[in-house]
Amino acid sequence: MKPGIPSRRGPVGRLADFLDDRTGWRGLVHEALFERVPGGARWRYVWGSTLVFAFMTQVITGLFLWASYAPSAQTAWESVYYIQHEMTGGWLLRGIHHFMAQAMVVLLALHLLQVVIDGAYKAPREVNFWLGLVLMMLVLGMALTGYLLPWDQKGYWATIVATNLAGIVPVVGPSLQQLIVGGSDYGHHTLTRFFALHAGFLPATLVLFLVVHLALFRRHGLHAKQPITRPDAMFWPDQVLKDAVAMLAVMAVVLGVILVPAVRTMLAGGEVDWGHVGAELGAPADPAESYAAARPEWYFLFLFQFLKVFEGWGATGEFLGAIVVPGLIMGVMFLMPIIGNWRLGHRFNVAFTLAILAGAGLLTGLALNEDYCSLWIDKATLAAAEKLHDETGGDEQKIAAALGNDPAKIAAMRKQLAKLEAWRNSHAFLAASRRAQVEAKRAVELAGRPERIPPTGGLDLVRRDPLLRGPKLFGLLDGKDCASCHAHVDPATPDAAAKFAAASAANLHGFGTAAWVRGLFDPMRVAGPEYFGNTAHKDGDMVTYVRDEMTDREKWKPDEIAAVTVALAAEAGLPDPSATAAQVERGRALIAAGDRCGACHEFGGNGTGLGTAPDLTGWAGRDWLVGIIADPTHERFYGDSNDRMPAFEKAMPRAQIEILADWLRGDWYRAADARGAAAE
Amino acid sequence: MNQSTSNRQPPGADARRGFLAKLAAIACGGIATLTPLAAGLWAFLDPLGRRSAAARFVPVAELAAIPPDGVPRRFPVVTDRKDAWTGYAAEPVGAVWLRREPGSDVVQALSATCPHAGCSVEMAAGGTCFRCPCHNSEFTFGGSIVEPSPSPRSMDALDCRVGKDGAVAVQWQAFLAGIADKVAKR
Repeated sequence: MKPGIPSRRGPVGRLADFLDDRTGWRGLVHEALFERVPGGARWRYVWGSTLVFAFMTQVITGLFLWASYAPSAQTAWESVYYIQHEMTGGWLLRGIHHFMAQAMVVLLALHLLQVVIDGAYKAPREVNFWLGLVLMMLVLGMALTGYLLPWDQKGYWATIVATNLAGIVPVVGPSLQQLIVGGSDYGHHTLTRFFALHAGFLPATLVLFLVVHLALFRRHGLHAKQPITRPDAMFWPDQVLKDAVAMLAVMAVVLGVILVPAVRTMLAGGEVDWGHVGAELGAPADPAESYAAARPEWYFLFLFQFLKVFEGWGATGEFLGAIVVPGLIMGVMFLMPIIGNWRLGHRFNVAFTLAILAGAGLLTGLALNEDYCSLWIDKATLAAAEKLHDETGGDEQKIAAALGNDPAKIAAMRKQLAKLEAWRNSHAFLAASRRAQVEAKRAVELAGRPERIPPTGGLDLVRRDPLLRGPKLFGLLDGKDCASCHAHVDPATPDAAAKFAAASAANLHGFGTAAWVRGLFDPMRVAGPEYFGNTAHKDGDMVTYVRDEMTDREKWKPDEIAAVTVALAAEAGLPDPSATAAQVERGRALIAAGDRCGACHEFGGNGTGLGTAPDLTGWAGRDWLVGIIADPTHERFYGDSNDRMPAFEKAMPRAQIEILADWLRGDWYRAADARGAAAE
Repeated sequence: MNQSTSNRQPPGADARRGFLAKLAAIACGGIATLTPLAAGLWAFLDPLGRRSAAARFVPVAELAAIPPDGVPRRFPVVTDRKDAWTGYAAEPVGAVWLRREPGSDVVQALSATCPHAGCSVEMAAGGTCFRCPCHNSEFTFGGSIVEPSPSPRSMDALDCRVGKDGAVAVQWQAFLAGIADKVAKR
């Protein structure tokens, strides 16, 4: 369209002409779309376009996520929680971003593979190949930095490992690490820096390189698969259609990964909790809470496994595994256009790329096998090895002696023992993963309380939660602290008796409930290991009283014992649902009476006084429990007759004792209760 | 599209196929690209579904602390506040002007938020009326506009209760700024 010639088109056409005169857009579009594709459109050319599409998806979803994300140690997890669990469609937005990032890594590998196999790196396209490698590293950099941003246990511990590896680079390592982390400790500035890298520096650099990459691609034209047997076609619409179908397929896969679990739940008739659909969110990052389930994202798993090859080499090994070898591999890749000029160079390049991908695949498989092998190794086949290992404590010489120093047997046993160790490691990993999932779910439940998250953040909420913290303070996981003496086992579980027998103090499961008191008043159980059996109180006044006096039907009628039972539970603040107020009152009177419990126990000012037996005022209530844990030798409790229980006020801050008391009483936030209260 | 096969097609088939290919390309590319955009917009529009905290009575002062001579006094409103994921306990969230007529126990409460553009209304320098420091809107102690005024309406009166123990509570809520009618924020 020449300027100055009146147009005979409609208003849209005239506007298009007007703009074309001033911008030349038709020429640009023509140049963009009407590129000749030698030999016709092919599916093998789609990978570059799908990568651009994946990147655009990340830009779009990333900007929208940015609109709701707050990078700081007290708000990162919290804002991601809010996006995932409270904002409409937040789970979908975050799910697409999370899984498209993973799709991008796969597409990168496919694009690279296609370029190398087709020899598209050769002259004159060398520079564009190098640009592509830079783009690949930028994408991996964004994947690495993005993993930290939710500030959950998983991302936090994976990042600690990655940044510590940066720290072992000779000379500049420590400074490099400090620059990345934003100081010597992980915190606000780690997040602000990672976020600036992830959403600013890296994508901006990527766009610059991408523009040049695409410009050079157009300059050189598409590298056609040889030999050309079919006629040429146009980029538009032939190749564009294939590209668009591939893009749609990529998006469909990503949506499938997000939605399939939810759809399956729906088909099974369950109700979908959309906050738990799509990308995971772990428990808030806790530097004080080790995280045995820490693993990098799956596409970095091969590097993680590769480092294990250098185990035992110390820092040198890590330097080799994390920096030198990957650096050499990248070096060879950068040299591919030059290597390709040699007679067998192209074959070498293809073989090298396939070998690297196969090696990465193998290492990934090995890593997965190490973590999950306990799922498919039959533990029964290792029974002999386990027995021998536990008997000898793993001592080589003792094992050899036990096997009669028979070399064949020793070699076979070594294999079995290695397998046993693998099984145990995997078992521990899976247990840690399950625990992490439970903690993540609980953290989300707590964050959803009507009072919301305190300004101190979600971690504070998790740390003060009796349900999560109680078992750890009690020592339930490692058999230390309270658990070194007390059992905490539901008597209904099959192996309860064995656990009671192994404990040296009373079972505290359900302590304060009517069920617990019923067991105490049971003459068959009171002197058993579940109650006083393994303590100095085994032959004490209480046991004698339960056995001699409380079995006397003249003195203690069954309904009187029942009344005292429910009165004690009411005192604990854990009332028996079947108890009536009259029954509780009657029980209270019996407890106070000087010829009954009140003969030894103080109760609500009945005049017995302290010192003879534990005070039953507020028995097993929060204050009572905090008091006895703090100092069982106090005259309110066991006084001089305290048997071995330490005064934990010397070993534990008050706040932790309170958490422990709340946990023992089962007093923690329950979302179902809050929903019920809201409904009322 | 393969020309060797399309050459055997009747005339017009090539153009038709080209058109269908273009349509399919635009449809596939469009759906693929619009999906993340739609997910983003869905989440971005989330605030439209959110409401401000329900109006509720908040104790702000003791009756004895309000001067008996008809001169208003400013009191902070301290109450629980929720901000997206964070819950703040007992935090200052705003202020009210409380005033009682000489010799009366009836308390009048005015929100200190200027109905013009939301700044905080202060006592004028002379101490005879209210004045907003942002755009000089002036109000009488009763809250009425002193003309000329940029404010489209009088100061927002809040419901106020005086308990038997002398505790003064106001029904704390926010109103839309800049319009002539007093409309509570959603």
